[in-house]
Amino acid sequence: MIRTTSLRFTYQNTKTHTFYFPDIDLSFEQNALILGPSGIGKTTLLHLMAGLLIPEKGNVFIGNTCVHQLTRNQLNNFRGKHIGIIFQRTYFIKSLTLLENLRIREKLSKKTTDQHRKKQLLEQLELTEVRNKKVHELSEGQRQRLSIALGVIHKPKVILADEPTSNLDDKNCEKVISLLKKEAQICKSNLVIITHDQRVKSHFNKHIIL
Amino acid sequence: MNTLLSILLLTLSILLATFVLQISKQLNHHLEKNSKPFDMVIGAKGSPLQLVLSAILHIDNPTGNIALDEALRISKNPMIKEAIPVSYGDNYRGYRILGTSDEYLHKYGATLKEGKLNTKNFEAVFGAAVAKKLNFSIGNSFVSSHGLIQNEIEVHGEKPFVMTGILAPTGTVVDHLIITNLESIWEVHEHEDEHLEYEKHKDEHKEITALLLNFRNPIGALQLSRSINKDTSLQGALPKFEIDRLLSFLGIGFQTINGIAMAILLVAGLSIFISLIKTVRERKHELALLRTYGATTFQLLKLVFLEALFLSLIGYILGWLLGRVSLLLFSALDSDTYTYHLEVNAPDIQEFFILVIVIFMTVLAAILASFSLFKLNISKNLADA
Repeated sequence: MIRTTSLRFTYQNTKTHTFYFPDIDLSFEQNALILGPSGIGKTTLLHLMAGLLIPEKGNVFIGNTCVHQLTRNQLNNFRGKHIGIIFQRTYFIKSLTLLENLRIREKLSKKTTDQHRKKQLLEQLELTEVRNKKVHELSEGQRQRLSIALGVIHKPKVILADEPTSNLDDKNCEKVISLLKKEAQICKSNLVIITHDQRVKSHFNKHIIL
Repeated sequence: MNTLLSILLLTLSILLATFVLQISKQLNHHLEKNSKPFDMVIGAKGSPLQLVLSAILHIDNPTGNIALDEALRISKNPMIKEAIPVSYGDNYRGYRILGTSDEYLHKYGATLKEGKLNTKNFEAVFGAAVAKKLNFSIGNSFVSSHGLIQNEIEVHGEKPFVMTGILAPTGTVVDHLIITNLESIWEVHEHEDEHLEYEKHKDEHKEITALLLNFRNPIGALQLSRSINKDTSLQGALPKFEIDRLLSFLGIGFQTINGIAMAILLVAGLSIFISLIKTVRERKHELALLRTYGATTFQLLKLVFLEALFLSLIGYILGWLLGRVSLLLFSALDSDTYTYHLEVNAPDIQEFFILVIVIFMTVLAAILASFSLFKLNISKNLADA
């Protein structure tokens, strides 16, 4: 469950524009798309929901936790355990292998994944064969799928995906969306995708338009 | 690249610092150990330092010879506990031949390893290093050359010596000497004088090069050396005093090199700092990513600190090892010139102290470099496409 209440945010360095966001209320295992043109504040909203940005006003509730009332360290801990973020651009620890990137994620979120799940996840994402490769040796598609793996491996309560399909062709777009939906189901989590990709629309019932 | 430079600079400074430290320490130890057995040297007038360097450390030329009876007269002074005459001036293959009494060996705690001590004229025992280098066996004979440098021009060919024994290593100058009795030295030169038909001093008093003394109490030292220097044609030099003087001269050189080492260390510290700042800047995305995984600021700090400590430990260990290797090379090149060799020792307390300084510097650099981590903007670093 994720709920936002009257979120407001201004970037301190520019202060030119204040974003007002509509309230979002997703019940258990409900998925949603956040749609809107560029510059409307989609990524800002996602970062507010993930606790990466602190709102000027309003709050985010995940489960029973009021995210923006947590202390800095509590927030770190909470984010590591219960939030999975799939960034628009893929970020990894470059000097490590695919598996090592997964391991460091598990270690930092203080959750151990059973080997079966890890194996299954890699197989689903077609990453089993390249699991011992350094991340810079992976193809663009493999990286995209690894960033999905990193977003869901710890079974978060909320999966937040920022334009996960923007660079993909139709076939891969379909694949990624269905993978995300499937993982959200397995993890019993809310999936929130922000996108301006029209192809994604039909896969989700709930649309939030900014 | 930057990282490599940091390590290199650190290595260089540690190399210099430990090398100089070891050399000065071992030199101090060597000089003290060798001059300790004697309170005073009496020899011909000249530089007191030269007298000590030649008569005790056997690395310089003697100031000249003195008459044995005059030296013995002084040694009857009640303040003097013991007096050991030494006479030298010849060599065999560059190793000095020292005419003296058995007492000399006792003073350095030298014992026989094999064979027997020299009892008759023209018998000699070899110091451990000499025996090793020349590969002599007991009973072999050799002829001495005049002077202290190896030469074939003035060879005392008629009077060969017989090697009767080899001394156990003592870590002192004795290891590099060939020891015989006074009479042998006198006899070699008497014969030569006859042969070359030198007329002067032929039947005159016997001569020695120096007299090594010990006092009954230390107060006697200054008093006696003053009266010798004033009232006789001889001079008395106090080894401890002269060695201290020598070390204070050398100390300036050591301090200069140490200063350079410290300066390089400072630059190394700066370089580590810059390298860390660069690391933090280049990996801002990765560090921000780790934060989204649940890493605390403290955990990120730990990463920076570990990297810094890793760098400086590599630099330190490399520098230390190279310092020891240099010592080994230096020792191999110069062991013949300085009549002693440098040892490769385990790390000592001063080197540990240097390590503490290095770690302190590293931690300081890491603290300064990781300030930006506290205000790391996760959102900005991960949103910028």
